[in-house]
Amino acid sequence: MTNFDLAVVGGGPAGMAAALKAHEEGVQKIVVLERAETLGGILEQCIHTGFGLHYFGEELSGPEYAGRFIKLLEETDIVVKTDTMVIDIADDNTVTAVSKADGLLKIQAKAVVLAMGCRERPRGALSISGTRGSGIMTAGTAQKYVNIDGYMPGHEVVILGSGDIGLIMARRMTLEGAKVKMVCELMPYSGGLTRNIVQCLEDFDIPLKLSTTVVATHGKERLEGVTIAKVDDRLQPIPGTEEYVPCDTLMLSVGLIPENELSKNSGLELDRITNGPKVDEYRETEHSGVFACGNVLQVHDLVDYVTEESQIAGLGAAKFIKGEKVSGDCVYTNGVSGVRYIVPQRINRETDADVKLYFRVGAVYRDASIVVEANGETILSKKKKKLCPGEMEYVLIKKDVIANLPKDSVITVRVEA
Amino acid sequence: MEKRELVCVACPLGCGITVSIDDNGFVSEVTGNTCKRGDTYARNEVTAPARSLTTTVRVDGGKAYVVPVKSAGPIPKGMMFQCMKEINKASIKAPVKIGDVVIKDILGTGVDIVATNNAE
Amino acid sequence: MFGRKKGEIMTYDVAIVGAGVVGGLIARELSRFNISISLLEKCNDMAMGTTKANSAIVHGGFDALNGTLKAKLNVEGTALMPKVCEKLHVPFKNNGSLVVAFSDSEMEHVKVLYERGIKNGVPGLSIIDRDELRRIEPNISEEAVGALLCESAGIVCPYELTIAAVENAVTNGVEFFRNCEVKSIECGECYTLKTTAGDITAKYIINAAGNYSDKLASMVGDNSIDLVPRKGEYYLLDKSVGNLAVHTIFQCPNEMGKGILVTPTVDGNLLIGPTATNIDDKSDTTTTPEGLRDIVEKALKSVPAVSTRNAITSFAGVRAHPVCDDFIIGWCEKSEHFLNVAGVESPGLSAAPAIAIYVRKILSEKLNLTEKESYSDTRPKPVRFRHMTDAEREELIKKNPAYGRIICRCETITEGEIIDAIKAPAGARDVDGVKRRTRAGMGRCQGGFCGSKVVEILSRELGVPMNEITKFGGESKIIYERTK
Repeated sequence: MTNFDLAVVGGGPAGMAAALKAHEEGVQKIVVLERAETLGGILEQCIHTGFGLHYFGEELSGPEYAGRFIKLLEETDIVVKTDTMVIDIADDNTVTAVSKADGLLKIQAKAVVLAMGCRERPRGALSISGTRGSGIMTAGTAQKYVNIDGYMPGHEVVILGSGDIGLIMARRMTLEGAKVKMVCELMPYSGGLTRNIVQCLEDFDIPLKLSTTVVATHGKERLEGVTIAKVDDRLQPIPGTEEYVPCDTLMLSVGLIPENELSKNSGLELDRITNGPKVDEYRETEHSGVFACGNVLQVHDLVDYVTEESQIAGLGAAKFIKGEKVSGDCVYTNGVSGVRYIVPQRINRETDADVKLYFRVGAVYRDASIVVEANGETILSKKKKKLCPGEMEYVLIKKDVIANLPKDSVITVRVEA
Repeated sequence: MEKRELVCVACPLGCGITVSIDDNGFVSEVTGNTCKRGDTYARNEVTAPARSLTTTVRVDGGKAYVVPVKSAGPIPKGMMFQCMKEINKASIKAPVKIGDVVIKDILGTGVDIVATNNAE
Repeated sequence: MFGRKKGEIMTYDVAIVGAGVVGGLIARELSRFNISISLLEKCNDMAMGTTKANSAIVHGGFDALNGTLKAKLNVEGTALMPKVCEKLHVPFKNNGSLVVAFSDSEMEHVKVLYERGIKNGVPGLSIIDRDELRRIEPNISEEAVGALLCESAGIVCPYELTIAAVENAVTNGVEFFRNCEVKSIECGECYTLKTTAGDITAKYIINAAGNYSDKLASMVGDNSIDLVPRKGEYYLLDKSVGNLAVHTIFQCPNEMGKGILVTPTVDGNLLIGPTATNIDDKSDTTTTPEGLRDIVEKALKSVPAVSTRNAITSFAGVRAHPVCDDFIIGWCEKSEHFLNVAGVESPGLSAAPAIAIYVRKILSEKLNLTEKESYSDTRPKPVRFRHMTDAEREELIKKNPAYGRIICRCETITEGEIIDAIKAPAGARDVDGVKRRTRAGMGRCQGGFCGSKVVEILSRELGVPMNEITKFGGESKIIYERTK
């Protein structure tokens, strides 16, 4: 058994930022446990630019963004264990991990930060009928083959899902010489950033087919084609709209799921919408001393926000370790009419700082207002030119406002169209 | 006078921008942008569109087969595939450090292709 | 060829065609004796046909009509199964089965099944009422009025059983040939099997070719086997809902089979299906929107809490339904040393251990079988990191650090286990082969993270470039050329 003040599970952008913040706040013994061979997490394969505009004020590629934090980490005495997989977190915050180098590791930590990131939804969750040959993969898997391993995962590609990874891969495959036939999107709008639609699809004349899905795959060994179809308002395929598209690769970019196996195994209840743990304003879960941040908590659109959130968690963990963290009566948050969820889910009434409520909306809105209410009163109302599900929004709530709310009251956030 | 609606791609915010072009083909007004970069983007987009290019380049004698690279600045949109050809012909000797120049002034654009990750 | 000296052609005593659960267990049974055996498989791995995609149930044996071969071998096979699984270190669970009735008339049918089961010699049968049913199967529908409980039924992993049987057979001297599809057979003093992997000669042929056993028999002039390919589609649900069913829950059977079942699997998932559709193309394992809808609709009748929200994959298998409605096991009438083991549809998996013994007995009528001294009936226990205690894990990684690197996160599978699967006798050659042996890629992310790592390990261990590794042989390439 080794003792640490803080154990951080995951060495991607979230884990690194949390560890660095805690270190800056004076936490002495910190260990970062990363399952891959290098730090950086998924950023290592995200070689496109667009990272860091908010945080660094410049446009970086994924590895560059990660590289800045890796460098900072190297300058500290934070212990980094790569190629190390955490397999259990016990009730007393004992972390069990395994690695080739260390064998079975038992780490007793005062606080734990969960920063395991997220994974892509696989085909199985989609009920696409047909054959099950090779050539059907998530966009992220394809991205690793192209960007890290240097192999072509296919030559004629159909992409299902217009999330950012799907859009980025459409451009990436095109640049490497593949023919991207189309990007199909089940919803009537794209889940990706507008700039990616312009730069990744329009620049290369790749059609974006909205309200369209893949209903069947063909080809017994390698994929030979897919059948696409239009969908109705209830997202069901419309008979008679089927179209066969020859292709050798189907890339899926149909959503990300926080990777919470560890959290679930250690008894944490997950938010039904975010699929992440429920947390307070410092990202402390319902388990004392266990914090969560980054995509394991909620899927973010920008890494800059991951960093910001993880610094909050790192700060919270530092306060917890030093015995300074407030933990008492709470008020709760709830997204209604158009607001799908809110993070954090609860706020300590006596919290020591203003709190940003992060949320996502369920549809595209133009010239709408975000209205925050509690105790029958409007706390604030903010006009927005555009709101869309692909982008995370936030509102700032003053700590005095929170302190004046009765215990257990609910702060609601809604969209007023 | 012509008005063109653009979505700014300078950063992930994606502001909607309106560019007014006068009868002589000059940009007379840019509105809707929320920063200076948006103004620059909009002016360039209607006159000489450019994009930054990211891809990978072959590593010689290293553990990794490829290392990611980017164009240090935007390159003309129409030259993307020509640049890809050049980059695919090139290689860089390991070890590679972030920022190492792989190709200087690619195809006379004045833009360098630089490594965006380390490679042993 | 086949690792023998040039020019040397070996004549096997027995060539078994088809490495499904039936062929695999026959190979293992025959490997006890002083005879030379080859096991021929047309795919890149064993267990690639019906064995790969079925309900994975060890049936009690009350479905088959009294006096049929099916009934006899089912009851015998089910009795043998726990021991076989123990010897081969294959997961088996005696969870029991239920045939649920939703009306009084169905309850009458349950009684018929009970009577039939008793006559077939099925142990552990009883008829239970609504309250008892609800007590032992808490998530069963409110509509259920009673059930037939069969305590002797169980669940097993069919491909793991087959893999283990073939590994065991190979250890005992059986030669396993992959990608070896029999194209024609020349009958002379002995048989010459013209295969996609060259000629193989044998004195006896055992036809365990599953869906293709009719075709194989016809190569020696036997056109008596009449099979109808019948497709069954399934949904596999996440482990988080694996406890929705305790027993294997059947509905009352119809003329097309045993209907839609809801069952836990030995690995803790929930399996629902199968549909039953007669098809023309034996190799048609496509899933269909109608089929998948049908499964859910019917499964909901038994267990209303089932939801495809928890689906991790769907698949389909094809079983060979014999028109005569019984197993076809015996000497071929057209060719003296050709033994058919055909039409083995459900409960074929349950019956397989008994079929192996039954076939051995038939073979011994013509071929002298003397027992080997060196035979071992066990397969070494594979390392299963996920089932170990921390102390065992620590010890294991000390011995071999490869067990300290976890490749598949969802199922907690280590690099060491994957290497073992590749290096095993008749080891894995492709990504699906690794998946079936280790469960790497079997979990909820379906190989999203570990898929490319498995390709890397296969490439390294087999000494071939990454882009030659396939999903399941043939043209099922994962990746193509270098990007640059």
